[in-house]
Amino acid sequence: MSDSTNSNASSGVNMSGGLTSGPKIQNMSEVFAIIAVAVVIIGGAEFLLRFFEVKEFVMPTPSAIVTALFVHFDEIAPHLGYTLVELVVGYTIGASIGMILAAVITQFPFVEKIITPYILLLVTTPMLALVPLLILNFGFGYAPRIIAVALAAGPMVMINSATGFRRVDHDKIALARSYGATTFQIFTKIRIPMAMPMIIVGLMMGAIFSVITAIGAEMSGGGFGLGSKLTTFSSTLRTAEFFAVILILAVMGICIYVFFSWLGKKLAGWES
Amino acid sequence: MKKQDKPLLVRGATKVYETSSGDVHALQDVDLTVQQGEFISVVGPSGCGKTTLLWSIAGLHQLSSGAIALADEPIEKPHPSIGMMFQSANLLPWRTIQQNIEFPFEIRGQIPDRSKIDALLNRVGLGGFGSKMPKELSGGMQQRASIVRALSSDPDVLLMDEPFGALDAFTRDEMNLLMEEIWEETQKTIMLITHSIQEAVFLSNKVYVMSARPGRMHKVFDVPFERPRDLKLMETKEFFDLVNEIKAEIQHQPSSAAAAVAAE
Repeated sequence: MSDSTNSNASSGVNMSGGLTSGPKIQNMSEVFAIIAVAVVIIGGAEFLLRFFEVKEFVMPTPSAIVTALFVHFDEIAPHLGYTLVELVVGYTIGASIGMILAAVITQFPFVEKIITPYILLLVTTPMLALVPLLILNFGFGYAPRIIAVALAAGPMVMINSATGFRRVDHDKIALARSYGATTFQIFTKIRIPMAMPMIIVGLMMGAIFSVITAIGAEMSGGGFGLGSKLTTFSSTLRTAEFFAVILILAVMGICIYVFFSWLGKKLAGWES
Repeated sequence: MKKQDKPLLVRGATKVYETSSGDVHALQDVDLTVQQGEFISVVGPSGCGKTTLLWSIAGLHQLSSGAIALADEPIEKPHPSIGMMFQSANLLPWRTIQQNIEFPFEIRGQIPDRSKIDALLNRVGLGGFGSKMPKELSGGMQQRASIVRALSSDPDVLLMDEPFGALDAFTRDEMNLLMEEIWEETQKTIMLITHSIQEAVFLSNKVYVMSARPGRMHKVFDVPFERPRDLKLMETKEFFDLVNEIKAEIQHQPSSAAAAVAAE
């Protein structure tokens, strides 16, 4: 019995380990190698684009992209702010509902069986596809985007957290019960810590899908946000500025990854 | 103050599991009296209900009929005077050793007795390991930590559900010796479930043999060896003879599972 639960637990390790922890940097020469590769790729691109005299509206050089980022930052910055508002509000709503739903329904196996197919449907259907309808119903403001982000993040957080909450180790629960633990204590002191590695995976996946959905929703209309700037810049052949926005989005993605890796190490580091 | 006499009493304990293929009598009219300060073991073929019996005494299983009491207090749910050690160390991997040991106090809303915990950690050779995570410790050390966890709240009765089964032979001997010493020092009432007849004989005053399906008490062996005992006892002929006698008693039972025990 305890053996089988342990092996479940260890398969959870691999799942969460793969997403929240990359390969470990061992020493300085590896750091040097990573930087060297970046220099070669960026430098090589710069050189080749200049050598073949590629037009900037076709493919700008890395230096032109960075220059565009600084020169036009005042134009881009407010839109970064709009996007962050949509992300923070939509993600907070979606992730909270997803996590609470996961915690509750896993306590009722029958309810879980009934609801899970619908959650899976929400996970696998791209919420972006709903954006035109949402715009039709809620106008061109924040509302349709926030709803889309919440719909993208929620099911992703829910499905992963539910996997975590389903990991029950009967020996650990019996241990708590043998000291007279209440159902609530078992939940907070055994079930939540056991679920934490998968909750963090869900939160990270939810955050990544939130960014995708927010940018996509902005591209569909409304005239504000980074996605909307992408549409504007590409249709006006301002390709350097277009890539400057892409650069911001890449940094945003890296920040999400670094933050959740850190959170995973802090809250679920015991499982590795 | 003279310590109150608190025997552990089991009377007519019966447990029936309803399964799709009919009722399974895990326990049938089991009577057992463990005097305060006694160390007893229960052995028997796999599936004889010994774990069910132990978990019922821990208040983790409900009996179908019969009663369990500590002195005059009926046991129907977990009781603070009854401590339990599980198969494997069963430490919570997200807590340090210190936090694991303080877990029972946290659940009960009590303030842990740090000086007592430190003394116990030192006693089992884990002094200075309080801030380590369980995975940083070997199996034997984890089991020592779980002994400290079980003893830190000073229960009158300690139940042990085959706690050393997963350890290698040398570590197991080491743990047996440690348990013998701890019993000598604390004089707790201890009930041990084990598959190892050597372990049962080495540690106990009495060894109970259970029979399978329905699980009932089959026979009791008194263990006459003087205490304190040391590992050399395991090499004596008297020890060997008693182990073989108990083994034969288990094998005589009409159960296919007995073969599993005989193989050990």
